[in-house]
Amino acid sequence: MSTRTTPKNPPVGNDPRARWEALFEKSKKRDVEFTTLSGEELAPIYGPEDARVDYDADLGWPGQFPFTRGVHPSMYRGRLWTMRQFAGFGSARETNERFKFLLDHGQTGLSVAFDFPTLMGHDADEPISAGEVGQVGVAISSLRDMEILMDGIPMDRVSTSMTINGPAPILLAFYIACAQKQGVDPGVLQGTVQNDILKEYQAQHAWLVAPEPALRMITDVMSYCTANVPKWNTISISGYHIREAGSTAAQELAFTLANGMEYVRRGVAAGLDVDAFAPRLSFFFDSHQDFFEEICKFRAARRIWARKMKDGFGAKDPRSWMCRFHTQTAGVSLTAQQPENNIVRTAFEALAAVLGGTQSLHTNSMDETLSLPTEKAVKIALRTQQILAQETEVAHVADPLAGSYFIEAQTDRLEQQAEEYFSEIEQRGGVVPSILAGYFQSEIHRSAVRYQRAVEEKSKKVVGVNCYVDPGDDKSPEIDIHRIDPQSERETVAGLQAVRAERDAARATAELDSIRAACRAGAGGANLLERFVAAAHAYCTLGEISQVLREEFGEYKEPRIL
Amino acid sequence: MAERRIRVLVGKPGLDGHDRGAKTVASVLRDHGMEVIYTGLHKTPEMIAEIAVQEDVDVVGLSILSGAHLALFPRVRDELSARGMGHVLLVGGGIIPQDDVETLEQEGYAKLFGPGTRTDDIADYIKAEMTNRWAQEGADV
Repeated sequence: MSTRTTPKNPPVGNDPRARWEALFEKSKKRDVEFTTLSGEELAPIYGPEDARVDYDADLGWPGQFPFTRGVHPSMYRGRLWTMRQFAGFGSARETNERFKFLLDHGQTGLSVAFDFPTLMGHDADEPISAGEVGQVGVAISSLRDMEILMDGIPMDRVSTSMTINGPAPILLAFYIACAQKQGVDPGVLQGTVQNDILKEYQAQHAWLVAPEPALRMITDVMSYCTANVPKWNTISISGYHIREAGSTAAQELAFTLANGMEYVRRGVAAGLDVDAFAPRLSFFFDSHQDFFEEICKFRAARRIWARKMKDGFGAKDPRSWMCRFHTQTAGVSLTAQQPENNIVRTAFEALAAVLGGTQSLHTNSMDETLSLPTEKAVKIALRTQQILAQETEVAHVADPLAGSYFIEAQTDRLEQQAEEYFSEIEQRGGVVPSILAGYFQSEIHRSAVRYQRAVEEKSKKVVGVNCYVDPGDDKSPEIDIHRIDPQSERETVAGLQAVRAERDAARATAELDSIRAACRAGAGGANLLERFVAAAHAYCTLGEISQVLREEFGEYKEPRIL
Repeated sequence: MAERRIRVLVGKPGLDGHDRGAKTVASVLRDHGMEVIYTGLHKTPEMIAEIAVQEDVDVVGLSILSGAHLALFPRVRDELSARGMGHVLLVGGGIIPQDDVETLEQEGYAKLFGPGTRTDDIADYIKAEMTNRWAQEGADV
């Protein structure tokens, strides 16, 4: 029997839940909004009636359909998540040094950040690139820069993730050509190219050409890699940028998976067998500050993708059903005020990603609202993951929160919201027409403004910004800043000019002409990635190849939503 | 007697695609009764100055998260001056280290608002500054 004391005013009735409810109603509550970070109303407690789970159909076991509990039977007992810190700045030489530093400190995969000129398909010496070369990532203008970037790094053993989209097929061509020059067979290359152009139009905004020709290049990448680079992840379908641009958790989930389904449709329409390319699709999500909502988002993503691929697209290979994903902690959750607090925020977000079953993880550095991270800050961020993996003992049990009424109810709620968005997108004619009409962009913008308002009205709290503010916070924070040496830009430009001077000019021109012809041949007529690899070997530059694509395919003009 | 409305151009110079802040500030300034024009992404300093002339704005706000702020703020100011728009109030925000904020502000390029700024504070600053300027000009405020 319970030894609890009887409440002073025992409510009538025998139903324990009704009794609790009556007591709850009468009790004093804090004056805050009990909502998720995305503004979803939360009940004070969840019970069996809130989470009616059909175990086999809705959860299953790890490695089994619908993969709610994880994609691998052994999860982290078999292998820990890959600790993959995104890095890149300055010249290829400087980034090569940072890569070696990270590998020496126990990082297990590379992740390349490119600068804006590279992300937009411009050479370092174009006028539009001035001042931006090497600023937020590394500048890669030709195969030569890629050779310097990967110098001394065994490309047959390291897996590399490249965060690039508009010109992704060109950078992938540089990578493949670089491996061939190292004597490595492309067949053994492992890694990922983000190559997710749809979310660029929706949120991140680094595009090269309009959606339809961009999608043709993506199907060319899928078919080329299926045949020649079979271990490569050809698209990392990314919710991260959608969330960072201001979306809610449900929008991140829904828009990302809608984009994923669009790529599958395109691949199938191009004549590929769904099971030939779907296993190489991977995902990339944000891990934000709402601990439970994020865990549920990861679980819902796996379940939705499995159901869509199996039941919707008729994929037969279980690997096609698996939503494997990379996670990055939320950059937007970091504050410039009291930057050391960001270490704590990142640790909680990293824990959510691990409890959500991520395959790889990037933890942000505390100083990223001020500049690119310093070496010290990057090391603390990596150590955060190592502490999580080695000291907390959380990695021993797969999907440890399953069966929690709250977790299951929120996982269901997110799946339902995603389904509502899928219907909405379909009614609007699909993903591309919705992009051209500015639908995603408006939805994300509205959520961003709503959240900003909530912070300013203090219904959502940010420590150091709208509560627990330290006097003097408006002054310069006393931490070191990573600065890009202006010499980097000159070094990259000089290297590029040497490439142009030394290459076989006639061969380079011939390769560019061949790309032009392949553009005109249309989808199915010629594979553009194959042409890009040949052009890479001829030292055609990123800007030259991109210019041909812009001329042939036309530039993209963003719809106005403001 | 209609109140004179402040005309603001919110601009994204350079190749940087991060527009969450720019669009949020644009919406908030509009809520504060200002006429707001948003340039869209990937604009050169020349294009931004051209739009500023065409729209005859009082304020230009730049959002820069690309690290190229030390190059871009002076270039936009120069392009504005070259078009007889040197008088516009130039403000901005983004990922800008404190030393650079001080450099840019001291050289008179721009008033800068860092991460964590209340958007209402930006609106209040612009209103106070323009009210002051118009009062000095003897304009009908």
